[in-house]
Amino acid sequence: MKLRSMQQRHLVNRLVFGLSAVASLLGLSGLIWILTVVIHRGAGAINWSFLVALPTPPGVAGGGLANAIVGTVLMTAVATVLGVLIGVLAGIYLAEFGRANRFGTVVRFCSDILMSAPSIVVGVFVYTVVVLRTGHFSGYAGSIALAIIMLPVVTRTTEEMLKLIPDRLREAALALGAPYWKMTLDVVIRGARTGIMTGVMLAVARVSGETAPLLFTALNSPYWSRSLNEPMGNLTVTIFNYAMSPYVDWQAMAWGGSLLITAGVLLFTVGARLLLGRRKAS
Amino acid sequence: MSTMRELSKISVRNLDFYYGDHQALKGNTLDISEKRVTAFIGPSGCGKSTHIRTYNRMYEIYKGHRATGEVILDGKNILDPAVDAIELRMKVGMVFQQPTPFPMTIYDNVAYGLKLKGKMGRSELDGRVEDALMRAALWDEVKEKLDVSATALSGGQQQRLCIARAIAPEPEVILMDEPCSALDPVATLKIEELIDALKVNYTIVIVTHNMQQAARVSDYTGFFYMGELVEFEETNVLFTRPAQRRTEDYITGRFG
Repeated sequence: MKLRSMQQRHLVNRLVFGLSAVASLLGLSGLIWILTVVIHRGAGAINWSFLVALPTPPGVAGGGLANAIVGTVLMTAVATVLGVLIGVLAGIYLAEFGRANRFGTVVRFCSDILMSAPSIVVGVFVYTVVVLRTGHFSGYAGSIALAIIMLPVVTRTTEEMLKLIPDRLREAALALGAPYWKMTLDVVIRGARTGIMTGVMLAVARVSGETAPLLFTALNSPYWSRSLNEPMGNLTVTIFNYAMSPYVDWQAMAWGGSLLITAGVLLFTVGARLLLGRRKAS
Repeated sequence: MSTMRELSKISVRNLDFYYGDHQALKGNTLDISEKRVTAFIGPSGCGKSTHIRTYNRMYEIYKGHRATGEVILDGKNILDPAVDAIELRMKVGMVFQQPTPFPMTIYDNVAYGLKLKGKMGRSELDGRVEDALMRAALWDEVKEKLDVSATALSGGQQQRLCIARAIAPEPEVILMDEPCSALDPVATLKIEELIDALKVNYTIVIVTHNMQQAARVSDYTGFFYMGELVEFEETNVLFTRPAQRRTEDYITGRFG
């Protein structure tokens, strides 16, 4: 075996370090580029009427995306209630009761498949089972589609977070005479709650930016919806429609909407990371 | 075992234990004296932890773990599924190898077992929490910070907190599964002193890797080897005049 010279080793070291630094810089610059463009083009469109007024026809000044903002928030909220409720319970089942049994394995497998399902497929699915059955697009259908997308994320994060709680803590609570359900609530979930919250926030961030599943379910609307049982305005589909339009003022609105939703998702994600960081520190 | 004239709290008869197909305990038979400290020693994997985990049926939360034979506590075979595990565990407390503070305040940790027993007035609860922390020799260190998270305590303090939590609901038996193995010598000494003070009121069964510890704290010692209870005697007899060759080899450090 021939020993390589020290010089050669240093050279290889520097080369590899340089390449990986360039790669991470490329990734980061993509994000910064997107953020800069969105802020640059979107900031101008955001003003008071953008936030409180309804959309206007092209060329009419003073319009806003108020109904779309409310619609997105509303549908995401309903989806969160549905997705978190079912997802957290399913996660508890997987971590506490279904670790090794066949049903648990099946649920876990399906959950992983669902996680990688393209969101447009979820949209088409809800279109078939809800929109076609009820005969019209609705906010409910949109919420259901978003909830289905959230479900596997929440389920698996909850399961992973609960599994991080050591068995000896479970045993310690049971050894005091706690029933299994009470031990799960008092010790396991309490210990994992920050982690579960983080998972929920990441899931919310993920679905609030979805467009495809809403296209077939909530559709969109330029008006206030009287209830979730009607087609509902939302930011992402509005951005899609406005960005494709030939009207300059609508295109500006789309930029404004993009900025708003990016900022919202970013805020949620950063919040989730902070929560998780606090958990690790404690 | 003819030396045993004392009242026995737990009588174990022909106890076998299985992890699936693997037999981990073979025909264990012994009597645990009331309000005495009984220690179990033996090399890793000899079955001593497995043995005491039958006293509160802790094994039954895992699939494929099962025990046969009899563990009679106050005249009742507690291995019988008709005996309620929750009631049993309120009578037989346990302290684990690693400290296991719950993710809540120091106060709530100690009060946890008490609250499980039933509703209790705030002032009575306060009193019992203080009393338990006092007896666990932890009160002076934590009285100013009862509402601080228990995970902020040091390892030795956490273990004493777990002992306080175990004794607060007034169990009759306390199982300790290598309670000092994660602690430094100072904290270990504190726990040993504590065990000595507690045996006035409780029947204590302790599993330990440390033979000196068994000699220091216990009245009776059992030596386990490969799932069998090789010898069970008064501690000073077992360590000075062991009847079995295997016991002698182990305590003199020739194997294990």
